[in-house]
Amino acid sequence: MNHKIVIVIGNGMVGHKFCEKLATKSDNFKIIVFGEEPRRAYDRVHLSEYFNGKSAEDLSLSHKNWYNEQNITLHLGDPVKEIDRESKTIHSNKGLILNYDYLVLATGSSAFVPDIPGVDKEGVFVYRTIEDLELIKNYALNVKTGSVLGGGLLGLEAAKALIDLNLAETNVIEFAPRLMPRQIDSAASQMLQTKLNALGLSIYTNKGTSSIEGENRIESLKFNDGSELKTDILVISAGIRPRDELAKLCGIEVGTRGGILVNETMQTSDPSVFAIGECALFNHNIYGLIAPGYEMAEVVATNLCEGSKIFNGFDMSTKLKLIGVDVASFGDPFITEPDSRSILFEDTHKGIYKRINISNDGKYLLGGILIGEAEAYNMLLQTVNNKITLPPNPEDLILGSRGGSSQTENAGLAGLPDDALICSCEGVSKGTICNSVSSEGCESVDAIKKCTKAGTGCGGCIPMVKDLMLHTMKENGKYVRNVVCEHFQLSRQELYDLIKIHNLKNYEQVLDNVGKGDGCEVCKPLVSSLLASIWNDMILKRGNDTAQDSNDRFLANIQKGGTYSVVPRIPGGEIKPDKLVIIGEVAEKYGLYTKITGGQRIDMFGAHLSDLPLIWEELIAAGFESGHAYGKALRTVKSCVGSTWCRFGLHDSVSYAIRIEERYRGLRAPHKLKSAVSGCIRECAEAQSKDFGIIATEKGWNLYVCGNGGSKPQHALLLASDVDSDTCIKYIDRFLMFYIRTADPLTRTAPWLNKMEGGIEYLRNVVVNDSLGMAEQWEIEMQNIVNSYQCEWKTAIEDPEIRKRFNHFVNAPEEKDPSIKFDEMRGQKKAANWTTA
Amino acid sequence: MIETTTNWFEACRVEDAVQNGGVCVKCGEEQIALFYFTRRNEWYATQNLCPHRRQMALSRGMIGSVGEDPKIACPFHKKTFSLSTGECLSGDECAIQTYPVKVEDGLVYIGLQN
Repeated sequence: MNHKIVIVIGNGMVGHKFCEKLATKSDNFKIIVFGEEPRRAYDRVHLSEYFNGKSAEDLSLSHKNWYNEQNITLHLGDPVKEIDRESKTIHSNKGLILNYDYLVLATGSSAFVPDIPGVDKEGVFVYRTIEDLELIKNYALNVKTGSVLGGGLLGLEAAKALIDLNLAETNVIEFAPRLMPRQIDSAASQMLQTKLNALGLSIYTNKGTSSIEGENRIESLKFNDGSELKTDILVISAGIRPRDELAKLCGIEVGTRGGILVNETMQTSDPSVFAIGECALFNHNIYGLIAPGYEMAEVVATNLCEGSKIFNGFDMSTKLKLIGVDVASFGDPFITEPDSRSILFEDTHKGIYKRINISNDGKYLLGGILIGEAEAYNMLLQTVNNKITLPPNPEDLILGSRGGSSQTENAGLAGLPDDALICSCEGVSKGTICNSVSSEGCESVDAIKKCTKAGTGCGGCIPMVKDLMLHTMKENGKYVRNVVCEHFQLSRQELYDLIKIHNLKNYEQVLDNVGKGDGCEVCKPLVSSLLASIWNDMILKRGNDTAQDSNDRFLANIQKGGTYSVVPRIPGGEIKPDKLVIIGEVAEKYGLYTKITGGQRIDMFGAHLSDLPLIWEELIAAGFESGHAYGKALRTVKSCVGSTWCRFGLHDSVSYAIRIEERYRGLRAPHKLKSAVSGCIRECAEAQSKDFGIIATEKGWNLYVCGNGGSKPQHALLLASDVDSDTCIKYIDRFLMFYIRTADPLTRTAPWLNKMEGGIEYLRNVVVNDSLGMAEQWEIEMQNIVNSYQCEWKTAIEDPEIRKRFNHFVNAPEEKDPSIKFDEMRGQKKAANWTTA
Repeated sequence: MIETTTNWFEACRVEDAVQNGGVCVKCGEEQIALFYFTRRNEWYATQNLCPHRRQMALSRGMIGSVGEDPKIACPFHKKTFSLSTGECLSGDECAIQTYPVKVEDGLVYIGLQN
């Protein structure tokens, strides 16, 4: 068969994507590619990661042999210098003369360099290719201050690159009154600026640059307003200029302000020649984003294969992380009254700005902007693109549903039409994704990625792909199992029962009997926690030690820099002066930073691994014991001073807190457990924010359960009122055993209750009315755990084998980790800051 | 072709290594994490520095597998790396250096390229 010859000029992201698409669709073409750069197409969108440790090969879009395997001829470092349209030939720089049937121009763009006096000085760069980055990297070795000209999307990317090069100072200069003028409004820009300032970036808007000063190399920038800014390096990122010179040379029509004119099939004024990507001018627009470029590649590939597809312009909505800050802009972000109404939300404390523009009748979403938090972006974009009718309170879209059920998200997903575009990089619709789950049997995000390519571009749609997958599986009547990980196809609760039934005593036994493979960082700590809850053995017993989470393995909390913190138990927060002295002496001797914790204890930070056994030896000799601050276990029972001193106190809350803390100390649970006892209704111990909290009443105690602080605070709910001390403890026994048995891993009591059908009423029935008939068994199990308590640190320091594990170097046990560094603050030490790679 | 020679550095005795876990080996100025994957009867060695936040911590992490591939999880933020290739398996950190390991007469050696 006679192959048609397609020559592609340009091996950037879009040129590469075109080859991929055409090669997948048909074998009828012989594809020949010419690239100007020396390397295969790479990911220009994530270019700044080149400074973050990624190599050029990491950024590459294809593996070494891909072009060979596809039978595509690739000429790198050989730009085409002439097109002869009459004879349908091209002339390459190296002298190749080749015929084509079709020619695809994917020449991309170059950086636009404004005509500023001094722009040719040393130290002025553009930001476009890996070569540019290498030049910048070399030059930046000896400079302190860097500046970026241009506060658009690319400019901020370039600023990120300079930050990654560890310059002492980085400035961004923008001509317009705000950052990213094409995507966000001024309030959004203000919020973004505040966030970027906090990250060490100085931002100057409304600044026209008049000249670049310096002898031979750049020393400063002068502005139209007369001001001046010292800088040692300047990266220009002031926009792009389509590479249309080759087209112009051979008489193909170009726009007056640049760009190769194309119709809706990407055809140029010569029917055999097409242009795609940033060099193409469609409907007066240059599309400087990756998704429309890919769409253009799809259009040409489809039409060459005798399909039919046209380019309809493209949504320029975008979501990205700029130097760690979420920024999204979708639909028409700027439309205002009288054409629409806007809903604004601004939180200067957290640095969040959200704006949605809705139609005057309140029915449709037209566009919007998100800064600081952009989780809702995918759903909002779908709502705009598919003209989905808005709920009666459209503000819920950005504020979340307040009160009532939170079903809005999934209802929205189900309401999307099948042709809703989910992955815009690869052009994958909802229907295609759901179909891959229903008909192709894809039941993981990875499988869907392989099958449909959805989520393989920028990756922004992956949460939505996952939700769609779960939604479709449920709809098909598939039981979505909440399994631990690839090594255990079981839920935590099933695993709990199996460990008990089979009498399994260590991690390896559990893995051999009911799991497969070699375990991982998910199942190891989970199984270890179950073993501890069920058997209450010393957690560092041989065979279990390396299956513990790092903090449990070393019986201390690992902190920034690799040192550990030490928290002895101070039950109820009551401590004698002589013991305070001991803590002070130990902290001084081992050079530890000390701080009072939120749970009425004293935390000592900055201990070297090898000092831990020595520190504990001294603490234990003085009568202290482990505080289990490192474990998913009972932490502390906070108390107010109660009736012994307080003129309002009803009962002795301190004594009761100590009794409770000593009963449940060391108890391993799905997550950490906190408790408190208050001596009266003034609630000074904040018991209603705890997993279980107790408040004195005239007649006894009120027991509250399932309160949490943390990121989603929740008040505890009343479980039983006016109960006596022993009954209260009985209820706590049952409550805790029920939780330990049934909660999902790393789920605290509040979310555990939230998921429980029947809620607090059901829980009260189980705990107080013993509706499951488990009360007696749970009380016995708890009593066994209480009876087998041991101080882990005491056991550890008495066992030479365990002590050996606290050396940093196996072959130099007496040496400490030399990489540990401290700074000083207010007369104490602090960990040196993270450094990024 | 470039000739490389492997220098075998004596790290520790087999019984000093932690079963199914890691220890840190001081090798001149370098810190190398040595893992004794007893369950698979395999030894691995990598740099001890986790590239994510540049912490000397990998030897204190948990080992495991993903599919057949052995891996290590950093105790700080649970970034995981393949023990066989050093490639980052979670997110986009750069790869870690791996070293060959051999055991002779009860002694463990780490291979360093010259």
